[in-house]
Amino acid sequence: MGDLSEFPLRYKLFLKVYQWRRIDPVPWTPLKKRVRECNIALVSSAGFVTPGQKAFDDAIRGGDPSFRDIPSEVDVSTLVESHRSEIFDHSGMRQDPNLAFPIDRLKELNRSGAIGSVNRRHLSFMGSITAPGRLAKRTAPQAVQRLVDDRVDAVILVPV
Amino acid sequence: MCNQAVGLVAAELERCGISTVTIQLLRMVAEKVRPPRALWVPFPHGYPLHAPNDREKQQAVLEAALRLLEDQSLQPPALIDYQPKGG
Repeated sequence: MGDLSEFPLRYKLFLKVYQWRRIDPVPWTPLKKRVRECNIALVSSAGFVTPGQKAFDDAIRGGDPSFRDIPSEVDVSTLVESHRSEIFDHSGMRQDPNLAFPIDRLKELNRSGAIGSVNRRHLSFMGSITAPGRLAKRTAPQAVQRLVDDRVDAVILVPV
Repeated sequence: MCNQAVGLVAAELERCGISTVTIQLLRMVAEKVRPPRALWVPFPHGYPLHAPNDREKQQAVLEAALRLLEDQSLQPPALIDYQPKGG
């Protein structure tokens, strides 16, 4: 299960002393309608890119805070996973990107009527960001504006 | 680090009027970072939707996440353990 025991000792020690960025105050937007009426988008931090998109940059100190748009019509089997961390098992999401970017499952929920619509695009980050200042101040607001423009009602966020 | 990154994006979404539910794999990180509305899942890192090529297991996690979105009794920060429907 997802706990510290999965990790090598050096990484466990790093996580214990790392200064996590506390969200305070915690913002809160209650859902304004039923899920079955909502336009929903995904945010993944698995570092997926589509063929032809620039890969995330492993060389950026503190982690690459950029993001990519992933269109809804993407064939998930073509997604390329470029998460830089070597401390967890990547094999599952390489076999089946839905494990970390469940776009096919979201489309099924739409077809069954459980959600109103699948947004036309989704967002991909590479979540191994130890210095999240640029993410919080610059790229997350830019990314979020796309989903505001798309009139997204709710977002499911998926880390790895 | 991924758990923190998606938490920070979720906070920005909620500040901009979009409801979120954030899957979390590390309870310790969720408690420290405090994403607004989080579903803690007991799966290994790299496996947030439980299992590859398993539509039912993946769908069950998504349905649990959607139930949190509709739960008007939750207060921020909400951190809820994953329980499959009927499980």
